[in-house]
Amino acid sequence: MNDALVTPPLSMTRYAGLSLRAWKMVGLVALVLGAIALPFTVSNYRVFQFNMVLVYAIVLLGLNILTGYNGQISLGHGAFYAIGAYVAAILMDRVGWPYWATIPVAGLACFVSGFLFGLPALRLRGHYLALATFALAVAMPQLLKYKHIEQWTGGVQGIVIIKPDPPFGWKITPDQWLYLFTLAILIVMFILGWNLLRGRIGRALIAIRDHPIAAEAMGVNSALYKSLTFGVSALFTGVAGALGAIVVQFVAPDSFTAGLSINFLVGIVVGGIASISGAVYGALFIQFVPNFADQISKAAPWAIYGVFLLLFVYLMPTGVAGFVRWVYQRLRLARGGTDKPAVAKPS
Amino acid sequence: MEAFLHQVLSGLATGGVYASLALALVMIYQSTNHINFAQGEMAMFSTYLAWNMINAGLPYWGAFALTIAISFVAGVVIERVIIRPVENAPVLSVVTVFVALLVIFNSIAGWIYTYTIKTFPSPFPEQPLFGNRYISSHELGAIGVTLTVLVVLYVFFRFTPLGLAMRAAAQNATSSRLVGIRVGWMLALGWGLAAAVGAVAGMLVAPIIYLEPNMMSGVLLYAFAAALVGGIDNPFGAVFGGFIVGILENLIGAYVIGTELKLTVALVLIICVLLVKPTGLFGKVFATRV
Repeated sequence: MNDALVTPPLSMTRYAGLSLRAWKMVGLVALVLGAIALPFTVSNYRVFQFNMVLVYAIVLLGLNILTGYNGQISLGHGAFYAIGAYVAAILMDRVGWPYWATIPVAGLACFVSGFLFGLPALRLRGHYLALATFALAVAMPQLLKYKHIEQWTGGVQGIVIIKPDPPFGWKITPDQWLYLFTLAILIVMFILGWNLLRGRIGRALIAIRDHPIAAEAMGVNSALYKSLTFGVSALFTGVAGALGAIVVQFVAPDSFTAGLSINFLVGIVVGGIASISGAVYGALFIQFVPNFADQISKAAPWAIYGVFLLLFVYLMPTGVAGFVRWVYQRLRLARGGTDKPAVAKPS
Repeated sequence: MEAFLHQVLSGLATGGVYASLALALVMIYQSTNHINFAQGEMAMFSTYLAWNMINAGLPYWGAFALTIAISFVAGVVIERVIIRPVENAPVLSVVTVFVALLVIFNSIAGWIYTYTIKTFPSPFPEQPLFGNRYISSHELGAIGVTLTVLVVLYVFFRFTPLGLAMRAAAQNATSSRLVGIRVGWMLALGWGLAAAVGAVAGMLVAPIIYLEPNMMSGVLLYAFAAALVGGIDNPFGAVFGGFIVGILENLIGAYVIGTELKLTVALVLIICVLLVKPTGLFGKVFATRV
């Protein structure tokens, strides 16, 4: 008892004159500055790749809000990504909107479709929801090829989009500009997601995941929260889909197969379920690992995905983010802290 | 009318395939409450093995039997090695493991056999049997094989001690353990049987849709729909659902929306059943005490 009184709480300990919180802020700012500097130090192709990492990170955050925090398993987020991508492509190519204006519309369209899909999904739990969303993912390419909407979607051919130029006459390449644009949106989305999850709503989501009946008893409107979460998650995914379409400059039905949705699942499992930073680790993984594996064989990326999925489920169920947290807590304890390690357990 | 009859009969044939795969899904669902997303890919892999054996010169039915035996063993091994550690894990972990199996089987098949489409022989004669004009021999054979599988499974589960033990283990694991049934092994056997039945489905459907690593994704979706229509905890329901879905798929494809949206039919069917009657036509309603 006395020891606890003598040593100050760890959050108050100061390192080199700064509190732990301040250090975290410093680290975060350094990370953002590094991310801003990145496109000016690597080749254009790498810029494109890192741009896709940012896009995937937004998807994974959205999927994690739904699956990690709220416990609704979706194997069909590729479908919402496709909707976002197509909304952006159609608005830019057929209607002539500027690229930046398509993003909120794509987000909104996905919010609505996610909410609508979430309504029936309310009655489905666990495996059944995974099944229904998986069916959505498998059926999506066919739906996009449907001939009566071909005049908008371009059928099998898809739509080619023109890459936007940097504004204000800035002397950077279009790739660099798109990267910075995506980064700005990513930061906004992450702040939104973080704000959503850290307070009352986040607690309600986790409560619904861990014990739906207890959550109801505490006055959480489970039905409303669950369908809204579906909508919000789809919104994140749709925004990312629109960005992805602009970055790739092309949408076609066969880029949005069930494999894409499985990709996203791999991303959150590897990155860390129910963690915000996990989205970034997961995005790095699903962008770069297939690239390396592709050199072995066309089938290799998926084999490696499968093996990694198994390894993570068995050995590191909290993903990379959980591992980082664990290392961090070890270090803190090694420095004589008294705080108990609080490992967030995903359901 | 003739075209209609033809659609219905060939629907029955593909329905038989859906029924077999649905049966495999139901077998695993009944004992573990898990939906095996990898069932289709396991069946696909078995079919490739059969293709290998037939190419190596084995007679069709020899390869057929051997494939079933290998699939059975593989199913048991997968349950023991991969599924058992996550038996009591959260749903997300289980689903992730199934998805992992799905992509591993798919990619290994692609790796070994490449993604080019291969033809798979049918054991039934080219000419339609009995001089009929509505149904090909292979389709008729597929229906026959499905029904045979069904009868064999029925006899096994209904009249053998092992079948009884497996049913007991699925229904009440704790009590079964108390009377000396090795529940873990019963689950593994269930997986083996499911893999074997899936292999049959794969070999029956391959002559129709050709052999390639992604051949089962559509079939699996229909099997899901079939299992749900019939009631995911009822084997007979699953078979019945399989035939219904097969016929529906053909009729809707031919007369309502065209063939390009066939998979969407499965999606709509799955969602409708889950919404309107989640227990399916013959499923039991479970009340959970909280």
